[in-house]
Amino acid sequence: MRAVAVVGASLAGLSAARSLRKQGYDGRLVVIGDERHRPYDRPPLSKEFLAGTLDEADLALEADDEELGAEWLLGTRAAGLDRGERVVRLADGRKVRVDGLVIATGAAARRLPGAEGLAGVHVLRTLDDARALRDELARGGRLVVIGGGFIGAEVASTAHALGLDVTVVEAAPTPLAGPLGAAMGGIVSALHTDHGVRLLCGVGVKGLSGGEHIRRGARGSVDAVLLEDGRSIPADIVVVGVGARPCVEWLEGSGVELDNGVKCGADGRTSLAGVVAVGDCANWYDPRAGAHRRVEHWTGARERPDAAVATLLAGGAVEPGAPRPPYFWSDQYGVKIQFAGHAAGADSVAVEEGAVDDRNVLAVYRRAGEPVAVLGMNQPRLFTRWRKRLAAATS
Amino acid sequence: MKIPVCRLADLPRGEAFRLDIDPPVSVFHTDDGEIFAIDDTCTHQDASLADGWLEGCEVECPLHASKFDLRTGAVDAPPAKRPVRTHEVVVEDGVIHVRVSTDAPNLPPCLAARLTGGSA
Repeated sequence: MRAVAVVGASLAGLSAARSLRKQGYDGRLVVIGDERHRPYDRPPLSKEFLAGTLDEADLALEADDEELGAEWLLGTRAAGLDRGERVVRLADGRKVRVDGLVIATGAAARRLPGAEGLAGVHVLRTLDDARALRDELARGGRLVVIGGGFIGAEVASTAHALGLDVTVVEAAPTPLAGPLGAAMGGIVSALHTDHGVRLLCGVGVKGLSGGEHIRRGARGSVDAVLLEDGRSIPADIVVVGVGARPCVEWLEGSGVELDNGVKCGADGRTSLAGVVAVGDCANWYDPRAGAHRRVEHWTGARERPDAAVATLLAGGAVEPGAPRPPYFWSDQYGVKIQFAGHAAGADSVAVEEGAVDDRNVLAVYRRAGEPVAVLGMNQPRLFTRWRKRLAAATS
Repeated sequence: MKIPVCRLADLPRGEAFRLDIDPPVSVFHTDDGEIFAIDDTCTHQDASLADGWLEGCEVECPLHASKFDLRTGAVDAPPAKRPVRTHEVVVEDGVIHVRVSTDAPNLPPCLAARLTGGSA
């Protein structure tokens, strides 16, 4: 293998480039990124970066003296893959010939239809998104967060600490019920009301209202979020946190099988030889769940490239090791929230340590008596012990 | 300066003991029976490595995924970028001691800001 391209220059892409070098690949390495920034860390964007306690230099993922021997093509988007010629086509017309390809194009924030061009409406996915939102939050005012998932909750927490008046609107009856189950989702999302942030659940958003057309092509600023039950919530700033969709349009017609992202085996292989996929765009087979799962967790983007690169370099001849149970964290209102495993398969959940009223909880999810997931709130030590047990029990 | 930590018999294999000096230092007893001392605070964010996932000669931060080599203090992967200090371990009369490094510690930005009076 003489030339490998990594398409995507965020955590998964950088981790793949590092894995390639670590595993002995010494050929041409091209990293293609549609953002103009060098790889940076996203978790702080909704927390420390938004709060102003970390700056852009702190977000850099590369070490100061790191030299990967890679060609970086930044600020340019991959537009297509020609399988016959093994060429990645870029939106600016350039072509990169490859023997091996790592797809790491991530996911893009879902937006609210009808919000285009309305000032004061934000999503939060990229550094540029975070810069714009940070500048706006600094001016203060009333913030409405649409979506009570982790991004929405972290933005609400950060904005509350900055002194804004915050409302969170969630369409489901309980926020976080998907990842955490209804019982624990209710406990974690109670952090909002603990701190005087309004939480409106079980009601959808009909649309946004905004200022009059000031001039052609400009719609003025948002002034309210309109709910399906007829209420209108005044807003100076709106953050839309309603999930992300995998960025795989550029692969349509390429022969890479797509199904909720790039469909992958348990080792990252795709339907095309010499092509693997990692990170948020990759729908990996999870042998533990017996199904494909597209996991948008930082730790997956960090850990899975090792396996995918081994697959790529060995031509698919390696047996994947058992992956660790999925793990993610969140920080809200000063509480460290940690979760590992799959809540969906559980038939019970019990608080083993701490107290719900103190928002200090170690909860274990079980299926037929066996632990399948664990949740910690301000319990890093115990959580780590349980996470280790979970990995041992299910590997 | 040589500081007594705890009795060797009180630190089982696979466990860590956190010494509350400033900045804190942790002593790890590996499953192979070796003893190492490193700075307890992850260089990425304020987290106690004594609470972390000990495997072989590496400890993984309890919050995020960076692993530190107990022998060298080196970090393997983001989000941490800088190593932790290592400290000399001496066992005398069944008691573990550490001789604290005189190098400057690599504290996380949030903690460094707090120590200099900034907000965190």
